Amino acid sequence: MDWVNAIVQGILLGGLYALFAAGLSLIFGVMRLVNIAHGDLIVLAAFLGLTVTTTLGINPLFAIVIVAPLMGLIGYGLQRVVLNRTLGDDILPPLLVTFGLSVIIQNGLLEIYSADPQKMSAGAIETASLNLPGGLNIGVLPLLMFITAVAVIGSLQWIFYRSAWGRAFRATSDNQDIAQLMGLNKSHVFGLAMALALVVVAIAGIFLGVRTSFDPSAGPGRLIFGFEAVIIGGLGNLWGTLIGGIILGICQNIGAQINPGWQLLAGHLAFLVILAVRPRGLFPRIDG
Amino acid sequence: MSAAPKHTVARFSPASRAAFVIALLLLIGLALAPWWAGRADMRLMSELFLYLALACLWNLLAGYAGLVSVGQQAFVGFGGYCLFAATIFLGVPPLLAVPAVGVAGVLIAIPVAFLIFRLRGAYFAIGTWVIAEVFRLTAAQVSALGGGSGTSLPVTVVKSIAASRSMREAATYWMALGIAVAVLVVVCLLLRSRRGLALTAIRDNELASQSLGIDIWRAKFFVYVITAGLTAAVGALIFLQKLRISPDAAFSVNDWTAFVIFIVVIGGIGTIEGPIIGTIVFFLLRETLADLGSLYLMILGFVAIIIMLRAPKGIWGYVRERTGLDLFALSRRVVLPSNMGPTDTNGPSKETDRGSQTT
Amino acid sequence: MPDTILEINGLDSFYGDFQALYGVSMRIEKGEVIAVIGANGAGKTTLMRSVTGLLQNKPEMIHYGGKPIGNLRADQIAAVGIAMVPEGRQLFPSLSVEENLVIGGQIKRTGPWSLSSVYELFPVLKERRNQASTSLSGGQQQMVAIGRALMANPDLLLFDEISLGLAPIIIKTIYDALPGIIGSGMSAVVVEQDIVKAVAVSDRVYCLQEGRVSLEGRSGDVSRDAISKAYFGIG
Repeated sequence: MDWVNAIVQGILLGGLYALFAAGLSLIFGVMRLVNIAHGDLIVLAAFLGLTVTTTLGINPLFAIVIVAPLMGLIGYGLQRVVLNRTLGDDILPPLLVTFGLSVIIQNGLLEIYSADPQKMSAGAIETASLNLPGGLNIGVLPLLMFITAVAVIGSLQWIFYRSAWGRAFRATSDNQDIAQLMGLNKSHVFGLAMALALVVVAIAGIFLGVRTSFDPSAGPGRLIFGFEAVIIGGLGNLWGTLIGGIILGICQNIGAQINPGWQLLAGHLAFLVILAVRPRGLFPRIDG
Repeated sequence: MSAAPKHTVARFSPASRAAFVIALLLLIGLALAPWWAGRADMRLMSELFLYLALACLWNLLAGYAGLVSVGQQAFVGFGGYCLFAATIFLGVPPLLAVPAVGVAGVLIAIPVAFLIFRLRGAYFAIGTWVIAEVFRLTAAQVSALGGGSGTSLPVTVVKSIAASRSMREAATYWMALGIAVAVLVVVCLLLRSRRGLALTAIRDNELASQSLGIDIWRAKFFVYVITAGLTAAVGALIFLQKLRISPDAAFSVNDWTAFVIFIVVIGGIGTIEGPIIGTIVFFLLRETLADLGSLYLMILGFVAIIIMLRAPKGIWGYVRERTGLDLFALSRRVVLPSNMGPTDTNGPSKETDRGSQTT
Repeated sequence: MPDTILEINGLDSFYGDFQALYGVSMRIEKGEVIAVIGANGAGKTTLMRSVTGLLQNKPEMIHYGGKPIGNLRADQIAAVGIAMVPEGRQLFPSLSVEENLVIGGQIKRTGPWSLSSVYELFPVLKERRNQASTSLSGGQQQMVAIGRALMANPDLLLFDEISLGLAPIIIKTIYDALPGIIGSGMSAVVVEQDIVKAVAVSDRVYCLQEGRVSLEGRSGDVSRDAISKAYFGIG
């Protein structure tokens, strides 16, 4: 029964990892940018959530309403002021600039919030659980987070393939010059894409902060989980990313079941195995 | 005399010759440091040499081979742990263990390269980070070396380096100086070899060099593996100096990759001189600003971003664009005999200048 | 001269270090169709990139409706009413046929052209509206590219080498449709290597040679000889 439980918890955890991954995937799809500071932005969102929660005395899950637009604004500004200048044929500038950004965010958070681990409390919902037949026990909060993750990925999918924004994202990704001729300002389009990605990051950050404790150095770990989910699922496929996150979550929980020290290692090894046998991931986008 | 050559290909310029002589004198002076420098200064200089070696290696990887790794801490930590394992379990003398660790680094890098070379560009970068994490988590599982909390080098091993403390310090100092020089020489030789020319060609235009029959994958693989071995040897020396190792210290992304990247970016990526200048600037900054703690790191981050956006070739690139200096005689220049035209057009403008860009 | 829609004054354009245009001057009146002809490398594409803002220049080198636009970005120029059917069609492969058209109209200028009027002009596109744009034949792709430009309801429409790479019968179909398109009060610039087609469809003709205007005249007046000379630089 422990094993079944580990797998179920792993699936639910996978939703969170998919949220870590979705923004990364979106940004790469639109502007071929890999944001090394992605994980630090997730942690930044968690700390913003903490500040909002303690200042206003509200439940952290409601803090999303404030943190999400705030992160969206940060994303738009970051893209327009810094990241747009790094885009081009050379991969070094975006990589090194976002790496610098990662160091700045980590140490800025350290300066403001100290290195102490923090956690946000969502109240009674944290302990509520559903008892399923067969002795299975599912926490209401993890379930809620998983459902939200699925909904977020569904919405991203809809935005990308069905909305005017998505049309602009895809057109700009296809051919920047011609997209400009259609009256799309690519700096603005990229700004919107980053804003959208950071709205997702905000949700991920709040969920992270409610689920586990976090500290300013937690970012790189989240970046790596998100990255692994993207590669396992297959580049450019959002639903694949969800499955990638779930596989990662299951492997980590099974690893932890064997030996607590193997939790993270098991996830990384699963990623390396996929990389060895299916380098394009499990569900690569066919029209790639 | 009748068959006078039309032109010759020169590597050395007066500036690079002068630089060579100065470097030789400087090296002799540095080698004598145990007789003129204090203990703290020697420690600082050792650290500087080790960072210089890491920076040269990362520069070779990212600036020349286009392999932007943010996971070189994997090999630093691997080297450190191998040194501890070899000296504690196998009883290998520490100074002999260092080159052995370098070989081990090459061997472990081969399967790693096969795996992560499947990832392109920026995804390659994060892939290297995952490898470093796997190494760190694995090291934390080795209970014989202290698991997650790490271990110290036993006194018997420390004593086996040299009998007296001052001799030990001199020995590790020379090792640090030696490996920095060795890395510089290897990188220079590599870049001047056929392989080096191929690398430069790949960096300048991957597609064109592919059509010229340069095997890009093999050239990159070779550089990655060599770099890993040397990085592991540097790692061994770093922890031989620290005498204590733990997974978090050995595989620290900040210490062994972030700082190194900042050094190279500030000094000038894709140049040999860049990492040297960057290391000096980095240590000057650190010695003056380190009291600021995390604020200092934020400043470093800002400086690196601004340099990347405003002067992507770093301090040395900026200097060279204005002076045409080339201290390491890496580029070849075509020199026409003086009667074939005005000599002043055969100067810096004719060299295969790897730093200059069309503006 | 209130009736001049586009005026190019001494345009010098550069591709990196390479100068592609030398002091090019042109004038296009409202409702007029201009042909720009020239051999490969004469500077036609650079001229188009400059007018559409993909290459930026000094502001006063290009005036549109009396206002300097030489330094505007491509999206700003699209907004003032210049659209282009680019060389090689360059549809967005990730977008369906209809999405390609809709994105052309997303700057929301008012005018006669809409999804339904484009479908009326090219009925075959309506049948294939939900297909991937890459699944169409070359001629149909060219229709999408023209429709996409029309959707912006431009006052000035640029056609860059629209016959390139298409079968003669398709070229004829597309050129037959042109008067109907341009007849709606628009001004147009037709860039062509096919001199006969270009002269037939235009009111006036400019010839470019090595980055300079080598001939200018009314399409009916210029002789074949004069064009050959201006085109190839012979004589």
